[in-house]
Amino acid sequence: MEGTKNIKHSENEWHLTSDRPVFIQIMEKLKLDIVTGIYQPGDKLPSVRDLAGEAAVNPNTMQRAFSELEREGLVYTQRTNGRFITEDITMIDQLKEQMALDAISQFLKSMEQLGFSDEETMKLIKEALKEETA
Amino acid sequence: MNTLVTCKELTKTYGKKTALNHVSLEIESGHIIGLLGPNGSGKTTFIKLLNGLLTPTSGELYVKKLPVGIESKKIISYLPDQTYLNMNNTVQDVLDYFGAFYADFEKDRAYQMLESLKISPKDKLKSMSKGTKEKVQLILVMSRRAELYVLDEPIAGVDPAARDYILQTILTNYDPEASILISTHLISDIENILDQVIFIKEGEICLQASVDDIRMQHQKSIDALFREVFKC
Repeated sequence: MEGTKNIKHSENEWHLTSDRPVFIQIMEKLKLDIVTGIYQPGDKLPSVRDLAGEAAVNPNTMQRAFSELEREGLVYTQRTNGRFITEDITMIDQLKEQMALDAISQFLKSMEQLGFSDEETMKLIKEALKEETA
Repeated sequence: MNTLVTCKELTKTYGKKTALNHVSLEIESGHIIGLLGPNGSGKTTFIKLLNGLLTPTSGELYVKKLPVGIESKKIISYLPDQTYLNMNNTVQDVLDYFGAFYADFEKDRAYQMLESLKISPKDKLKSMSKGTKEKVQLILVMSRRAELYVLDEPIAGVDPAARDYILQTILTNYDPEASILISTHLISDIENILDQVIFIKEGEICLQASVDDIRMQHQKSIDALFREVFKC
């Protein structure tokens, strides 16, 4: 499709599932793109329509995700120019930290379910890290 | 946001058989709505009433506050579940026909889509596979600048790759002010492009809701909910 050429992801990167609200999954994906620098602070976002086409979702759903991101302050609208990523780097850093904490707590929960104590988990992490650097 | 379709207590019976039973609903502009139900639940009957191919047994049906008729046909682009095109025609013939018939038909867009699906305008319809015919018909319907698109089983006969292209075509070619009503039972393929669904069961509407609200409330996909609601 025309107009989608300068979009930075490829289609298969969206991995949307149908059992959770799609706008939440889109928000998660865009947040990840923001903290990993695929979108830099101040970058312009593609239009709702282009991104909806790429992710194969309803434009209203994409719009909803954008509005929620805007409400959280990660994205802002310039009336005639479109939507941009926030230039507030502190906010992006905070988001990154929050996402890291979420990932850790999820990991800890799975380890607990597997029956590992905190100490055992810690030991396993250290071993895994050692192996990776070796 | 305005109301495109209003129906009140709409009923259609075929002899003793009731196909639609006192259906009341509204369709607003700016949505992609899935009309979902098992075989024989009344989907096509509802769509045919909307397009003036059947007349209601009782009840009211308005398109933008007017009864179904010439005016409503101007703003509704309809893909029927069976073809009505002359199979001896070439794609080009059919494009000319549509161009003459509908004031809102945009031939350039049709040619563009044909090109990306590698369909030659010079081919005769009867020389095409079932899936290719379906693609041609969908292109014809989506090349109109309509306010409401009514697609009866638009993707049933096409392969998954073309299905993706078609969904993409639908998403990028419709006016955000327009609405699309899609009837299908291939829910999992299209549920991410829908923002609303209407579940129809034995001629009655059993659910009309936003897709993400359903996922939030039931913690499951529309496909899973459908299987639950319509369990045999």
